[in-house]
Amino acid sequence: MADAPKLVNLTVDGKKLTAPAGSLLIDACKNVGIEVPSFCYYPNLSLQGACRMCLVRVEKMPKLQTACTTVVAEGMVVATDNEEIKQARKAMVELLLGNHPLDCPVCDAGGECELQDMTFSYGAAESKYMEPKNHKDEQQWSPVVFFDRPRCILCYRCVRVCGEGMDVWALGVQNRGVSSIIAPNKEDHLECEECGMCIDICPVGALTSGAYRYKTRPWEMNHVGTTCAHCADGCKTTLGVRRADEGMEIVRGDNRDKSGINNDFLCMKGRYAFDFANHEDRLTQPLIRKNGKLTPSTWEEAFELVGKKLNEVRMRDGGSAIGVIGSTHTTNEENYLLQKFARAVLESNNIDHHRTADFPALAAVLSGKQEITASMRDVYNAPAILLIGNDPTEQHPLLAWQIRNNVRLHGAKLHIINSEPIKLRRQATSFTQIPVGAELNAASFLAGDDSALNAITASASRENWAALRNQLRNTENLVIIFGSEIRGAAVTAVTHLASSISGAKVIALADYANSRGASDMGLYPDLLPGYHPAAKSGLTLPQMAENAKSGKLKALYVVGSNPLARFHLDSQIFAGTFVVVQDMFLTETATIADVVLPAANLYEKTGTITNTCGDVQIVKKASEVNGPKSDFEMIVRIADAMGYDVRNLVPFGRGETADMGQSRGAQSGEADRHAVWLQANNLEPKLSPFDPMAIFDEIQRLVPGYRVSRLNLLSGNDEHTQLSQSGPGAKHDPALIVPAHDNLFSSGTLGRYSRALNSVMENRNPQPAEVAAD
Amino acid sequence: MADLVSHPDEVRVVSKRFGKGATNIDRYIELDGYKAVRKALTMEPDAIINEVKNSGLRGRGGAGFSTGLKWSFVPKQASKPKYILCNGDESEPGTCKDRLIFEHDPHAVIEGVMIAALAVGATKGYIYIRGEYRYLSEIMQKAIADVYAKGFAGKNIFGSGKDLDIYWHGGAGAYEVGEESALMESLEGKRGIPRIRPPFPAVVGLWGGPTVINNAETLASVPHILLGGAEWYANLGPPKNGGTRLFCLAGDLEKPGVYELPMGYNLKKMIYEVGGGIPNGRKLKAVVPGGSSTPILLPEEIDVAMDFDSVAKTGSMLGSGGVVVLDDTVCMVKFALRTIKFYQHESCGWCIPCREGTDWLKKTLIRFHNGAGLKKDIDNMYYLSENMLGRTFCPLGDAAAMPMMAFVKKFRKEFEDHLDGKPCPYEKASEEINRELAVL
Amino acid sequence: MRFSDQFEKRFAEMLTHYPTKRSVLVPTLLYAQDEAGFLSDEVIAEIAQRLELTELDVNNVISYYSMLTTKPRGKYNVQVCTNIACMLRGGEELLEQCKDRLGIGHKGTTSDGLFSLEEVECIGACSWAPAIQVNYDFHENLDERKMDAVLDSYRKKAI
Ligand SMILES: Cc1cc2nc3c(=O)[nH]c(=O)nc-3n(C[C@H](O)[C@H](O)[C@H](O)COP(=O)(O)O)c2cc1C
Ligand code: SF4
Ligand code: FES
Repeated sequence: MADAPKLVNLTVDGKKLTAPAGSLLIDACKNVGIEVPSFCYYPNLSLQGACRMCLVRVEKMPKLQTACTTVVAEGMVVATDNEEIKQARKAMVELLLGNHPLDCPVCDAGGECELQDMTFSYGAAESKYMEPKNHKDEQQWSPVVFFDRPRCILCYRCVRVCGEGMDVWALGVQNRGVSSIIAPNKEDHLECEECGMCIDICPVGALTSGAYRYKTRPWEMNHVGTTCAHCADGCKTTLGVRRADEGMEIVRGDNRDKSGINNDFLCMKGRYAFDFANHEDRLTQPLIRKNGKLTPSTWEEAFELVGKKLNEVRMRDGGSAIGVIGSTHTTNEENYLLQKFARAVLESNNIDHHRTADFPALAAVLSGKQEITASMRDVYNAPAILLIGNDPTEQHPLLAWQIRNNVRLHGAKLHIINSEPIKLRRQATSFTQIPVGAELNAASFLAGDDSALNAITASASRENWAALRNQLRNTENLVIIFGSEIRGAAVTAVTHLASSISGAKVIALADYANSRGASDMGLYPDLLPGYHPAAKSGLTLPQMAENAKSGKLKALYVVGSNPLARFHLDSQIFAGTFVVVQDMFLTETATIADVVLPAANLYEKTGTITNTCGDVQIVKKASEVNGPKSDFEMIVRIADAMGYDVRNLVPFGRGETADMGQSRGAQSGEADRHAVWLQANNLEPKLSPFDPMAIFDEIQRLVPGYRVSRLNLLSGNDEHTQLSQSGPGAKHDPALIVPAHDNLFSSGTLGRYSRALNSVMENRNPQPAEVAAD
Repeated sequence: MADLVSHPDEVRVVSKRFGKGATNIDRYIELDGYKAVRKALTMEPDAIINEVKNSGLRGRGGAGFSTGLKWSFVPKQASKPKYILCNGDESEPGTCKDRLIFEHDPHAVIEGVMIAALAVGATKGYIYIRGEYRYLSEIMQKAIADVYAKGFAGKNIFGSGKDLDIYWHGGAGAYEVGEESALMESLEGKRGIPRIRPPFPAVVGLWGGPTVINNAETLASVPHILLGGAEWYANLGPPKNGGTRLFCLAGDLEKPGVYELPMGYNLKKMIYEVGGGIPNGRKLKAVVPGGSSTPILLPEEIDVAMDFDSVAKTGSMLGSGGVVVLDDTVCMVKFALRTIKFYQHESCGWCIPCREGTDWLKKTLIRFHNGAGLKKDIDNMYYLSENMLGRTFCPLGDAAAMPMMAFVKKFRKEFEDHLDGKPCPYEKASEEINRELAVL
Repeated sequence: MRFSDQFEKRFAEMLTHYPTKRSVLVPTLLYAQDEAGFLSDEVIAEIAQRLELTELDVNNVISYYSMLTTKPRGKYNVQVCTNIACMLRGGEELLEQCKDRLGIGHKGTTSDGLFSLEEVECIGACSWAPAIQVNYDFHENLDERKMDAVLDSYRKKAI
C-alpha cells in the first residue's frame, strides 16, 4: 500500500524542485523555504481560495493563480515574487486594512498577528481610503470566546476548524458581501465544546479568549512548552507566564508550538483551565492541627512533626500500620520516589492510588509481547480503530480529535461498541450499541467466544456481530482502544483479539494526567515500578480505610489525592490515624489532616509524566506561587526528618563527570548550550537531592519500558513506552477501578478551582438532574 | 406579462413561437416542437455534439464559450450520474430575455435540456429559475408535468428505452447564483458561494457528477440547430458567431424591447433603427453593450458588429444581450455609482478583493457624487479596480472592475467636474437619494 | 408548525427530485415564507429538522438570499427597481413617489401592515422599465399616474 508518492518536477522562482504529485503548490513552495503568504489556507482544512494572498504567476495561465488551490504539475514554471505579485498582495492588504480597525496597540493579537506581519512585509500601511470604517461592537459568545467583528478578515479558518476539525459546526457565515459575518450557532452566543480552537486559529485578533483578553502583550510573557495537567491524553501546551504579586502567573495556554502529539489541538481544559494554579484558595503555608484546629506553621516545624510521628508509628507498630496514597497528578519521578519512600523509609507496602484503568491486567497479558501498545500518534495514522466503551469526546478530547481527523483526512475506518450513542459514532463505519455492562461479552465474542453473544443480542443482529468480527480480524494494524468498562477478564479478551490481528495495537484509557505514570511507577500494594510483583503485598486503598476504621492504621500519608471525597469515606474513621496531606487546596481529605503541606502542581515543577497510551513527556516549570513546595522536595525532606540518609533515596551527587567547558571568556556559554545534550546523556552531575533527573536515571534503569531516548524526551518530544516490556503485572480486583466520569468541563479537584471551567458550567444552566421514576 | 415588439430586421429563431400559445404542449408540438429531440434520439451522442459545435453556437449567458465544445468536455464514462443544468437565474442588469423564453416557449428550454442530456449521457436535467420569476416557475412546472404526461420525460422517453428526468428549481434572490458554480451550490441548498476550479463542472459538478451548465437561451437555440442544421444556423451570423441573439434594448430609447437579431448586427443600427433612436431630441451619450458588467462604449465606438469577437475588439464584451442606452442628460458618476452599488450588494463576500473592493468603490462614489470627492479619489478608484481585475475568486469582481475602469477612463472629465464641492453638473444632486443609497 | 396542503405536497415532491435532502432548501424557504409572511424561528426550526440541518446552517442560507427575510413584512411588498435600465427611465422617482405615498422608507412597513417598500436590484424588466414587483407580480412601463393606480388597486384588493 505504502508506495512512495510519485514526484513531479517544477521550477519556482528559477529554482528547480520536486514535490509529491497531487500536492499543493503552496506546500511545495513552503517545503523548500519559499514563503507564499496566505490567510485562508490552513493545512488539513478544506481549501477556500478566498483571501487571494497566495496569488502567483504560473506560466501559460492568463491570470495570477492561487497557490493554495493549484496542484503541482510536471514542468510547471512558477513565479512567486515579482513586482506584479507583490503589487497584488499589497493591494489585498490595503483592501483589508480599509475596513480593519487599526487598534493593534490594544489588540490581543498585536505582535502575533498575521495581518500585521503581512502589512509589514508588503508595505501597505498607507491608507488609501477616507471613508468611515464599518463598525460593530464586540460580542461575548461564551465565557471564553469573544468576537470583535471589525477585526475579522473572513478567512473562515474558525468555521472550518470548528466544523471539520471538531465536528461541532457551531460557527457559520451569514449575510453576504461586505456584510458577511461569522456567526455563532445560537443567535448571539455559542453552544459548543468551548475548545477555543477558533481563537487559536484566528490569524488576527477577531476571536479572543475570555481568559486572556487585555491581560498582557505577547512579548511580555515567557513562553514555556510543557504538558497539560488535566486528562490522560497528554497534550503539549505552551503556557504564557508573567510576573505576578505571588510569583509567576499563567495567563495563556495555547499550542503555538505544533510539535506535540496534539499538533494543533487543545481542549477547553488545556487552553483555559490552568487558572487553578493561581486560585486565591491555594495553600501557601504548612498547617498543623493544634487544639483541634489547623494552624499555620513553619516548614521546619511541619517536617519535624511529620518525621517524628511517622518514625514513632514505624518503630512502635511497624510499617504495616502506615498507609500511603499517591497521586495521578504528580510526576513519574515523584511517584517513583513516593513508592520508594513507602517501601524503603516507611517499610510499608501499603501504597495505592485512585485507579481508573486496568493497566496491571494489561501488563499481565501483554508481558513479553512486542510492540503492542499504540501511541497517541498511532491513533491519527491507524487504518482502522475499534473503540470499546468510553466517550472520548468528553473524556479524551485529544484522542477524539485524532480519531476524527484520521477518519476525515486518511479515511480510517472506525468501529464503535458502546452502551451510549456517543458523538464519535458520526465518524464511525460501524456503531454497535450494547447493554450497559456488556463490554466483557462483546470483547469475548470478538476474541472468539461465540457463546458470549447470547446475553446481549437478539439473533437478528448476530450476523452483524459475526461480520464485524470477521472484518476486524482482517484489518491489519488495527488499533483497539478501550475504556475502563474493559477490565479484568475483558482486558484479556481484547488483547487476545489484538494478538490475532497482524500489527494490531491497544490503548487502555485512564482518566488523569499521570494515571498511567502512577501505575507504571508502582503505586500499588502488590506491584513495584514496571509491574514487577512485590515480594509481599500491602493494603489497597479500601483496605487502608478498613484498617483505619478498626484502629490498625496509625498513620496515613496522602500525596495529591482526595480519597475522602473520591471514595465517599466517612471522615470519622480516621479519628485515630495521624494523617498527612500534601495538596494545593484544603480538600475534604486535607480538612481532617493533622498536617497539611502546600504542594506545587504540574505547571510549577519539572519532571516527566506518561499519558494513557504510554507516551512519556516532560513537564517544565512555568508558573510559581510563593510558598508551596514540590512533592518531590517534600518527600525528601520528610525522609530526612525521619533520619533517613536521603542519598539512598535520591542518587544525587553521583552520575559521571562531565566536561563543563570553559566558564569564562569567549566560550563561557558552552556549558549552557550543551546542557540538554549533557543531561540527555546522563553526563551532568546531579548536584541536588531535589533533582528529579537523578530519579529519572533510576526509573530508566529499573522500569524497562522507560528506556527511551533521553535526548528526544528532553528536547520536548514524546517517547512511547512499551508496556509489554515491563513485568508480568498481577491479578487485580477490577472493582478497585473507579472511573472519574469527568467531562469536557470538569477535572476532579483541579476543575473545582478553575474559574474558567466553572464559568462555562454555570453558563450552561444545567438541566435539573433527572429523578428516577421509582 | 411583458410586451412583445417587432422589427423587420429581426430573424426569428428562438422567438419564433413567442405570442403563439406555445406554453400549451400540443400547440408547441404543432409548431415543430419535440421534433428535434426525436431526431437527436436517432443520432450518436458525438454527432449531436458535432452538430452543435459546427453551428457556431456560443453561450448566451455572457461568456460566449462554444456550447458544443463545452459538451465535449464531459467524460464519456463517469462513476457518478451526469446532469444538465439550465441557468435561468437571469439577473444581469439590462437583461430580460430568458424571461420571455420561459414565458412564451418553456418547452423549447425543456427540449434543449433533453438534447443536451442525450449528447452527454445525462439522465437528469434541472431548470433553475430565479426566485423573482415566480410566474415563470409556475409555467415551467406545468410544462414539465405535461412532458411527463406525454411520456417525453421519465422512464423510456419517446419509447426510446432511455430515461431522463426533468425538474425545475427556484432561486431566492442573488445575482451571484447565476455564476455557474455558485448556481450548483444554490441548487444543492447552500449559500451561493462559487466553487474552486478546477475541477470544472463538466467533470465534477452537481453532487460530484459531471454537469453541463448552459444559459436558457443557449439551450432554447439547440432544437432549432438540430432541425435547421448546423450550417444554416452558423450562416445566420458572422464566422464563429453562429445564429441569432435576443437583444434587450433598454434605457433612453424610443422603442425599447427584446428583439431577435442576427449575431453581428450593427450596434448603431440597433439603436437608431431597431430601437427607434433617442427620444426627446436628446443626443446619445454612451451605450452599455451587454449588461452592466460590460465596459461602456462612447458614441464613436458603436459602429460595431454585435458578435463576441467584434465587441471584444472595442475593449468591451458582447455579454448577456442587455443593450442599455444613455442619453446626454445622464450623470456618469451617478451611473457608475448605481452600477457599482449593484455589485457591492450582490458580491457574495467570499473573497477579499471583491467584498472590500466593491464596498470601497461604492462608498467613494457616494461621497464623490455628493460633491465631497478629491482628485486622488479618481485615480484611487481606477487603482482599486485595476487591483481587483483578474484577482477575484469568480468573475463578479471583474464584472465590477471592468465597467468602473471604463467609466474613469472614458469620462474622467465628468468625474473632475464633480470636484471641489461642485454640485452634480448634470442634475440637481439628489442628496436624499444618495443618503438612501448609503444605507443599503 | 403547520403549512398548507399544497406546501406539503410540493415539499414531498421536491424531495424526490434530488439525491440530497438539503437541495430543496432554497425553494422550500421561499414557499414557507410565502405562507407565513416571514421566516420565524419556528419555521426555521421546522425546516432544519425536516432536512436534518442545524438551525445555524439554515440561517446562514437565509441571510444569503435577498428575497428571504426573518422579519415580518407588509401584505404587499412593493419592490421598486432602480438599477440602470429603470434608473434611466424614472425608477428612482418611482421609489420617491412610493415613499411619499406610503409614508415609509426602504425596508419599511406601513403601520396598517398593508405595504412594505423595498428598493431592489434588477428584476429582469429592463426593456419595460421602469418596473416594480408587488410580491411576485410585475408592473411595467410605469409612470407617476400608473404607479398611483397600482398602489390603489392593492389597497382595494385588501378590503
Ligand atoms: C456573477 C455572474 C453572474 C452570472 N449570471 C448568469 C445568469 O444570470 N444567467 C446565465 O445564463 N449565466 C450567468 N453567468 C454566466 C454563467 O457563469 C455561465 O457561464 C453560463 O450560465 C454558461 O452558459 P452558456 O455557456 O450557455 O452561456 C454569470 C456569471 C457570473 C460570473
Ligand atoms: S469575486 Fe469573490 S466575493 Fe465576489 S462574488 Fe466572486 S467569490 Fe464572491
Ligand atoms: S491562501 Fe490562497 S486564497 Fe487564501
